[in-house]
Amino acid sequence: MTILGVPILSLITFFPLLGMLLILCLPAARIGAIKWTANIVTAIEFLLTLALLGGFQATASGMQFMEQRNWFLNIQYLMGIDGISLLLILLTSLLTFIATLSSWSAIKDRLKEYYAFLLLLEVGMVGVFVSLDLVLFYVFWEVMLVPMYFLIGIWGGERKLYAAIKFFLYTLFGSVLMLVDILVLYHHYGHTNLLTMISSGSRLAGTVQLWVFAAFFVGFAIKVPMFPFHTWLPDAHVEAPTAGSVLLAGVLLKMGTYGFVRFSLPLFPEASYAFMPVIMVLALIAIVYGALVSLMQKDMKKLIAYSSVSHMGFVVLGIFAMTPLALKGAILQMVNHGISTGALFLIVGIVYERRHTRLIAEYGGLSARMPVYAAVFLIMTLSSIGLPGLNGFIGEFMILMGTFPVSWLWTAIASTGIILGAAYMLWLYQRVMFGKLDNPANQSLADLNLRELCTFLPLIVMAVWIGLYPKPFLTILDKPVENIVRLVHPEYYNIPLQKPPTAVAPSHGAAAGHEVK
Amino acid sequence: MDAPFYWIPFFPLLGFLINGLIGLRRFSNRAVHAVAVAAVGLSFLTALWSCGALLAAGNVAGEKVLFTWIPANLIHLADQVSGASFQIAFAFRFDALTAVMCLVVTGVGLLIHIYSIGYMAHDKSYARFFAYLNLFTAAMLVLVLGANLAVMFIGWEGVGLCSYLLIGFWFTKDSAAQAGKKAFITNRIGDFGFLLGAGLLLWFLGTMDFNAIAAGVTQGLLTKSVATAAALLLFLGATGKSAQLPLYTWLPDAMEGPTPVSALIHAATMVTAGVYMVARLNVLFTFSGTALTVVALTGGLTACYAATMGLVQFDIKRVLAYSTISQIGYMFLGLGVGAYSAGIFHLMTHAFFKSLLFLAAGSVIHALSGEQDMRRMGGLRRRIPQTYVVFLIGAIAIAGLPPFAGFFSKDEILAAAFASGQYTAWALGMVGALMTAFYMFRLIFMTFFGPERMTHEVAYHIHESPRIMLRPLQILAGLSLIGGWVGLPAVLQGGAWFGRFLAPVTGHHAVHLSHGLELGLMVASIGVALAGIAAAYYIYVRKDGQPARAFAAGLQPLYTLVQNKYYVDELYNNVIVGGCKRLGILFARFDLGIIDGVVNGAAWLTRLVSKLSILFDGSVVDGAVNGVAHVHQRYGRMLRRLQSGYLYNYALAVVLGMVLLISFVLIY
Repeated sequence: MTILGVPILSLITFFPLLGMLLILCLPAARIGAIKWTANIVTAIEFLLTLALLGGFQATASGMQFMEQRNWFLNIQYLMGIDGISLLLILLTSLLTFIATLSSWSAIKDRLKEYYAFLLLLEVGMVGVFVSLDLVLFYVFWEVMLVPMYFLIGIWGGERKLYAAIKFFLYTLFGSVLMLVDILVLYHHYGHTNLLTMISSGSRLAGTVQLWVFAAFFVGFAIKVPMFPFHTWLPDAHVEAPTAGSVLLAGVLLKMGTYGFVRFSLPLFPEASYAFMPVIMVLALIAIVYGALVSLMQKDMKKLIAYSSVSHMGFVVLGIFAMTPLALKGAILQMVNHGISTGALFLIVGIVYERRHTRLIAEYGGLSARMPVYAAVFLIMTLSSIGLPGLNGFIGEFMILMGTFPVSWLWTAIASTGIILGAAYMLWLYQRVMFGKLDNPANQSLADLNLRELCTFLPLIVMAVWIGLYPKPFLTILDKPVENIVRLVHPEYYNIPLQKPPTAVAPSHGAAAGHEVK
Repeated sequence: MDAPFYWIPFFPLLGFLINGLIGLRRFSNRAVHAVAVAAVGLSFLTALWSCGALLAAGNVAGEKVLFTWIPANLIHLADQVSGASFQIAFAFRFDALTAVMCLVVTGVGLLIHIYSIGYMAHDKSYARFFAYLNLFTAAMLVLVLGANLAVMFIGWEGVGLCSYLLIGFWFTKDSAAQAGKKAFITNRIGDFGFLLGAGLLLWFLGTMDFNAIAAGVTQGLLTKSVATAAALLLFLGATGKSAQLPLYTWLPDAMEGPTPVSALIHAATMVTAGVYMVARLNVLFTFSGTALTVVALTGGLTACYAATMGLVQFDIKRVLAYSTISQIGYMFLGLGVGAYSAGIFHLMTHAFFKSLLFLAAGSVIHALSGEQDMRRMGGLRRRIPQTYVVFLIGAIAIAGLPPFAGFFSKDEILAAAFASGQYTAWALGMVGALMTAFYMFRLIFMTFFGPERMTHEVAYHIHESPRIMLRPLQILAGLSLIGGWVGLPAVLQGGAWFGRFLAPVTGHHAVHLSHGLELGLMVASIGVALAGIAAAYYIYVRKDGQPARAFAAGLQPLYTLVQNKYYVDELYNNVIVGGCKRLGILFARFDLGIIDGVVNGAAWLTRLVSKLSILFDGSVVDGAVNGVAHVHQRYGRMLRRLQSGYLYNYALAVVLGMVLLISFVLIY
């Protein structure tokens, strides 16, 4: 599939770069033009990624829209997507558009650089999801790091430099480990083409595989972030501007779990199995620990940041349960977390822009002044705590039910996260929205304006859609998930199916005699 | 059957959307309640129609798959050798049990919607109230119509959400916001059990469909211990939703909500969802046996325990709240001795008389300008006679005197308990019945008899409620009187029609008692009720409460203990809530101290080494000329300059790199 002669994956990857160059050409004083360009570019980018749906074969097994060119030294410019990448690309382009739109009045200085970095970030993010060559993947992985570093470091809050450097060094530490890994793999296979590596059937030998897996794991775990590599996240989130937080939570965290799904499981199936108990324990710690720490935060952004640690723990749990149900749930949960947590950061951003504080104690009783905001906040809170009928439930439910056959104990421990999740989110909502509006500074807060409402509407629509009718999203995950499960658990699909129990004696009444219309 | 029963939840959902999206801003009060009441009314009519169709079809259930909610996934079952394709259909099923629940929810719901028109008339969030009330009705109907555990769970959590929103309806009141949150989180603890129970069933049976679960149990796919584990986990969910031991503490606090909400959600419908769930899964519970005994004892204990707290309350709504916990205990007691239809029967009659009592209490509160403390009431039977009459009917019904509704259902439960040989449970039930009659008539006498104890100001404003509030009360009073006749037992020449109607779902439960013994038990329970009423009359009318005060003074420690709800709230708050908070603080410190300590320590070490090397370089290169301080200054300045340019350079480098990359690829 090509658009205007350009293969579509290259197009969606580099189109934002074009926008960035355009913005760099504009004089810094022309604020309006810069804003409009950025917004239009991200909007077009979103539409371009939607165009992927046009040619995407939901039931096909392999990678689609493949692009392959030799680059250098057997390293390839190799792009292609399956259902997993497709969902994450759509999430990325949607959230980038929303993040750009949300910056309209929030960012007041150095606009030109700001929007340029935002677009460059999008290049990195989309690039990561389309790359199927390890080196190409690594390039985009690093590209993504830089603009985020500047977004935090320049447009951040009071401790922005500390947060930016902490973010950069943590991630760089992980990247270096990954780079070493890629070299080892290159040495073993003689190339860095992921697809050929997997299909060749050749795997790294025992101990080497364990070490390489572990190094990759740390690199990805930092990004997720998993306990105990998570402490960059609260700082980065607290200091980042709203758009930065939205993309950080919405997309960047998924890079880690995406890495697990795309690289760790298929390339190192034996090591994945060997490490499974350790990873599961770390995931469970993240779920409970993240939730408990979240409970006691005084800063709204920090609270949501820690809630991300907890929620991403669910995703890791689902991935390493390695059953189709849990894995599919985990991938869907990545999207869900992007939607709900992205929205929650926007929600904090709304009041931060008006009041310049994120402290929960500064607020209270806002429902009375801001009814529309209250409704949006409530919906997203419910999405985050997994209320059935909204998106979060589907993911959590599938993860838990898919993990149950692996270990009921893990499932039980993870389920406590659901109780705590309700506790910290509802307590937050209570302290910010309910009670008396007694802080004089809040007396004249304005409700959402149309632009702000527009940043939330797509997310609300997605939350309800995934919650009530997740079938289209889950269907495109069927094949890729099956492929991965077959790699790590070759016997999984060979089990004979047992028919679900059906009622026996017709005399037993209602149980038997129902008719289906 | 061919009635469109799957439409039943959609009318209130539509009503919620209309009022929530448009009504909130644009509708007059009249338009708001017209939409809301019409929505529930249509539901009620559809439920009646479906019920008729069900009877016409010979009580054969109807099923409708609306769409596939979660598509098929292969899972491995617990036996390790077989798998199942697990999928969840968004499906509704309409059978006798659902029919009863639908009629109760929409029927009582409709009356409460109408009552609210009067009760909430002066509230400025009128549209929000009705929108929530409609949403609640929709969720409750999904709960009872859902054909599998997952769809039921949508309703299960949906009603929890509405309960949260409506308890905290007056959200500027801290206590209301607090109570809403408490209700939701306590219920979440129950949901933890619900989800794990569902997961266990899925692992063994590969399905969550109620019929398939029942079939799987009958086919022997579960061992007794697995069935018991699954049933107890699910029952944990029921104790949360239905406010039983040990998860009952949220319900008394839930009285912060507007009174119609207490009547609809916290008396008639939502809190009975746990009872419905156990009845729905009766095959599982019966098979387990152990789980059933736990249900019976939990029910019996709660019935008695909650009643003791009802004895000492002064807030009129709180008396009713503890009474609700206690009465739901009776329902579980009935289920627990295998008399599922009796439990559901009591659920229905309770819905009539308890919503009547709450709404009548609302009428009293309305008359007294918001007063809820019975110590500042009294003598109201002359001032608001119509409310008094219906209140009295409700009280007699709950106390259990024939021919009122509560008598038949409670008696059926107690007889079944006795017949099943669970004498402890039966005794608990009898003691509870005595206390019920006592606290309920204590309420009647303190409120409607004796001298008027309110202030002149309040007394001056006392008025009977408007007709729009009184009519629903009178209808409910009628139902509280005759509602029990559908289950008239054989020993009283009745046909026990209700039990036979439910039999296809709950199985037939025959009470094996001789007629003489059954009549004897009946007389005993009437006697107990009369004794409670007589005691209340003696203490609160004849002696004007003096013996109660003397008793409280005489047994001060015991009285204080009960008055303070056995300090269970404090226990939960300090141990569980406090424990979580302390852990949260501890872990946050761990993050800052240990993990960040390592991270910052590493950074500090790096900076130290680099400083040392700078120092070293400096002293070698121009150490002879400049002092250490000068070096610092110089390098500091240099670094500053470097850094501000560095940002641009780096960014530029990245861009150039990208451009190179593309051109490279394009040219290739």
